[in-house]
Amino acid sequence: MTERYDAIVIGAGHNGLVCAGYLARAGMRVVLCEASTAVGGMAAGRRFGDGERYGVPGLAHLHCPVGKTLCNDLKLDDFGYSVGEPIDTIALAPDAAPLVLGVDSVKGDALNDADIAAYPQFRRRYAGFAAALAPLFETKPPRLKNLATGDLSTLTKLGWKIRFGLGRDIMYEFLRVAAINIHDVLNEAFDDERLKAAIALDAVLGSAMGPRTPGTVLTWLQRLHGERHGAIAMSNGTLVAALAQSAEAAGVTIRPGCPVERVLIDDDRATGVMLAGGETLEAGIVVSGIDPRATFLQLVGAPQLDTMFANRVRQIRGAGVVGKLHLGLEGLPEFSGVDASQLRQRLLIAPTMRHVERAFNCSKYGECAEHPVFEITVPSLADPSLAPEGRHVMSVNVAYLPFDVKGGWQENKAAIVRHILAELATYAPGIESQVSDHEFLSPADIEREYGAVQGHWHHGELSIHQSFMLRPLYGAAQYDTPVEQLYLCSAGCHPGGGVTGLAGRNAAKRILESGAAS
Amino acid sequence: MTAKSYDAIVIGAGHNGLTNAAFLAKAGLRTLVLEKNDYTGGATVSRELHEGWKYSNCSYVCSLFRPEIYNALDLGRHGLKVIPLTASMTFKQNGDYFGSYHDAHVRRRELMRHNLRDADAAVRFDADVMRWCRLIRGFLLRTPPDPGALRPRDAFEFAHLLKKFYELSENQLYEFIRFFTMSIAEYLENYFEDETILAHYSGGSIIGTGLGVYSPGTAYVLLHHAMGDVDGNIGAWGFARGGMGAVSGAIAGAFLAHGGEIRNDAEVAQILVSGNRATGVRLTSGEELMAKVVVSNLDARRTFTKIMDENDVPPSLLERARNFKIRGSSGKLNIALDGMPSFPALPEDSPLTLGHMHFTDTLERLERAYDDWKDDRWSADPYTDTLIPSQYDPTLAPPGKHMMSVFVQYCPVEPEGGWTDEKRDQFGQVVIDQIADYSPDFRELILHAEIRTPRELEDEVGLTEGNIFQGELTFDQLLFNRPFPGYAQYRGPVKGMYMCGSSTHPGGGVMGAPGTNAAREILRDLRRPDTTPEAFSDD
Repeated sequence: MTERYDAIVIGAGHNGLVCAGYLARAGMRVVLCEASTAVGGMAAGRRFGDGERYGVPGLAHLHCPVGKTLCNDLKLDDFGYSVGEPIDTIALAPDAAPLVLGVDSVKGDALNDADIAAYPQFRRRYAGFAAALAPLFETKPPRLKNLATGDLSTLTKLGWKIRFGLGRDIMYEFLRVAAINIHDVLNEAFDDERLKAAIALDAVLGSAMGPRTPGTVLTWLQRLHGERHGAIAMSNGTLVAALAQSAEAAGVTIRPGCPVERVLIDDDRATGVMLAGGETLEAGIVVSGIDPRATFLQLVGAPQLDTMFANRVRQIRGAGVVGKLHLGLEGLPEFSGVDASQLRQRLLIAPTMRHVERAFNCSKYGECAEHPVFEITVPSLADPSLAPEGRHVMSVNVAYLPFDVKGGWQENKAAIVRHILAELATYAPGIESQVSDHEFLSPADIEREYGAVQGHWHHGELSIHQSFMLRPLYGAAQYDTPVEQLYLCSAGCHPGGGVTGLAGRNAAKRILESGAAS
Repeated sequence: MTAKSYDAIVIGAGHNGLTNAAFLAKAGLRTLVLEKNDYTGGATVSRELHEGWKYSNCSYVCSLFRPEIYNALDLGRHGLKVIPLTASMTFKQNGDYFGSYHDAHVRRRELMRHNLRDADAAVRFDADVMRWCRLIRGFLLRTPPDPGALRPRDAFEFAHLLKKFYELSENQLYEFIRFFTMSIAEYLENYFEDETILAHYSGGSIIGTGLGVYSPGTAYVLLHHAMGDVDGNIGAWGFARGGMGAVSGAIAGAFLAHGGEIRNDAEVAQILVSGNRATGVRLTSGEELMAKVVVSNLDARRTFTKIMDENDVPPSLLERARNFKIRGSSGKLNIALDGMPSFPALPEDSPLTLGHMHFTDTLERLERAYDDWKDDRWSADPYTDTLIPSQYDPTLAPPGKHMMSVFVQYCPVEPEGGWTDEKRDQFGQVVIDQIADYSPDFRELILHAEIRTPRELEDEVGLTEGNIFQGELTFDQLLFNRPFPGYAQYRGPVKGMYMCGSSTHPGGGVMGAPGTNAAREILRDLRRPDTTPEAFSDD
């Protein structure tokens, strides 16, 4: 038997939830198929340890408030969406006191006055650049020729914002730095190594790029764009819950534990999906909220695609380089030079840009970083329910760890985790003895557990040649694809990763504007 | 004492300074070129550093030089003859080699020997690169428009660019953006599979840059290889007969024939400015020379921080000049050989020794060479571009002897603790050892070797930090950003002061385009007839 819908959305990651919600609110009958048993994808909380006694807020352990429009459109506040307290960043260094970086101030021992003064100016300047790009981020990418409806307006707004919004001299600066690396820009602006490295890490974490890789100013601007509605906070799980409830309230049928095997195609036109059990669902449109590479090569299949298009899909870059370590601890961890209240913030271990660059170097050759970089949170301080009483849980991003490590993850995982813990212990002496349970997700595990191809957070590198009208690839960059009635809505599309919901929203708008809905 | 007075003074007799001066003199300006060294040519020279041998000891091949300039200055008549260079190759660690031949059929057979699919991909690859090449060539001899200015001229130039790009199809436009923003390794991986083929075609993209084969922004450098013309042969490389000094010699010849004057051993201490207008220069000897126009062929950092008074430069420009990215990344060995070294991997009489020889056969080795440079070390396993031009050009070495030019990537501006002669020699030894791995008799044939690191390049030629392009060719320093936003149209901060070196658009390489473009702007400001050539239209 076959059930018929107006739209099938594949994958209940946050972008899939957003897209489904918008479509349903426009009056469509929508089903959302999710392979795993819970919704939320990488933003969903997970449990681990003996008897699953520990919990973490998800692969994405930090969160910036999503945009007002999204909130209002999907009535997220009514469904309990809340954002935690903004947090600071504590940048650790081996032989010096940590720095405390906020949105508009930085403090710490041995920091010179010039850097203290330059930091807020630098942040403001780059936030301004990010704002100038906003017209581009918040709509479908314009085509460069054969302009479609709205494209001219997007390009005009963008040009205007850059030329007149920024003003002539700042525009010059923007055009100068837009395509280069964060390393050189930071060296121009600051002296303090800890400070430079902390900012550089935000530009590169999640990407297979080092501070010296050209294009890392742009990745940092994307991150700043994500922060424009508020500073980062700990993830609290309310976004995913609110999105799911909002979608259901709008009539979306959410089907967890329901992996899609294949997109059904008839005469170059998507007609529905076949589920793992053999059940088929029919719909006027199919929207994929999973990695575009998996969408085209697994769900659609190369035989259904133009050869050169399929070839270009295979050339999409995006191999994850970040592993996730979850530690169940018998007490609060102690980091040298960090007081207990600072444990509620985000801790970074990336003492110098050279340290970060060297860690990246290793990953290029299938080796794990000898001295990795870390982004650490202690979520149980914000939400005590995540750990049994008196205990704590630590959520750590570890980079750079290659997806295809030499010798294979299976064989080397235990040794790599031991090494990572030992490295961590140089900053948090004795932490190894506090660990009661642990879980480590390598990029390979992230691929298996979340379906993110090669374990990449953003479903494809955020390099310039895979951004905007080239994301995930031209010919499928405006959320539609060469397969009629098949659309994309994941982070693999413009404007890329981060828990912003923009890809899902832009895709839904595109679908509704195109009239595909009718 | 009345100072001597000229219409124009060009500071620095590099090939761009000479080109610029030649076009000014051709327009009838009384032009003087000042050069601090006792020889002319800057980094475009042939020097006898070992008796009987001529070294092109800086730049070493001639491909980018614009044929329009060759014609306009009649350089053939002034003795410039370019011999096409027709092959390139990479030695493999396993004893095999990959050769790229001029003859299309031989090249295809060689590609097929390594990978059948790559042989097919090469057809697609060549066509694609040639398309970008034709597009870009048309822009080289044009002044970049200023996005901050709202003059009709800039709007017109933008419209021209837009029109050219709109001749491409939509997908070609996207491909073009990808080409300009991708890394060379990833770009080539769109076409090729074989490791050696990938490494072979990647190598050229990192020459002179502080980037690795996996750094975005290196793919388009392919054009530097594809864009050259030798006698109308697009994509050909060539040797100048007599070494690179023949190039600067011919340009100097044209300049002198137009009534110009060159003074060697005349180092400029400062550009004189009065009432926001350049009035001349003062030499280190104290002598002052006056001119209506002063043109600097020095790099942008040097121009604004060394030979201009701080008070004559707006503070924001001074800051830009100090931050100008000009890190050197290359070294060079010039070697006098007692005979032709043998390369057992090659068949006897292989034409491949006539071309570029490389010894780095994987992308990983290339990238690791870059990692060393990032850490301020010279590459333990460097990428080299090795040539033995004396096989073509008997003027370079005594009969039966040979001259070898080895360009080395990467070499740091300053290794930890700074350069010493000992370190320089260690660096040279790494390179010699690498070549000797493939040529057993190489070491004993060496009669003399000149080893140059960025330190030598700066001290002798005056290229700041030893950067061969007078400033890195990264996105922040290209087109209307080169050398600085708002100063990309060859004009300096005071009236009558101009820049004409590789620090300006379109950048480095022995191309002559910056010097020519600057001359066009100067003549325009002076309302003189334009003597500079127009870009060749597309074939």
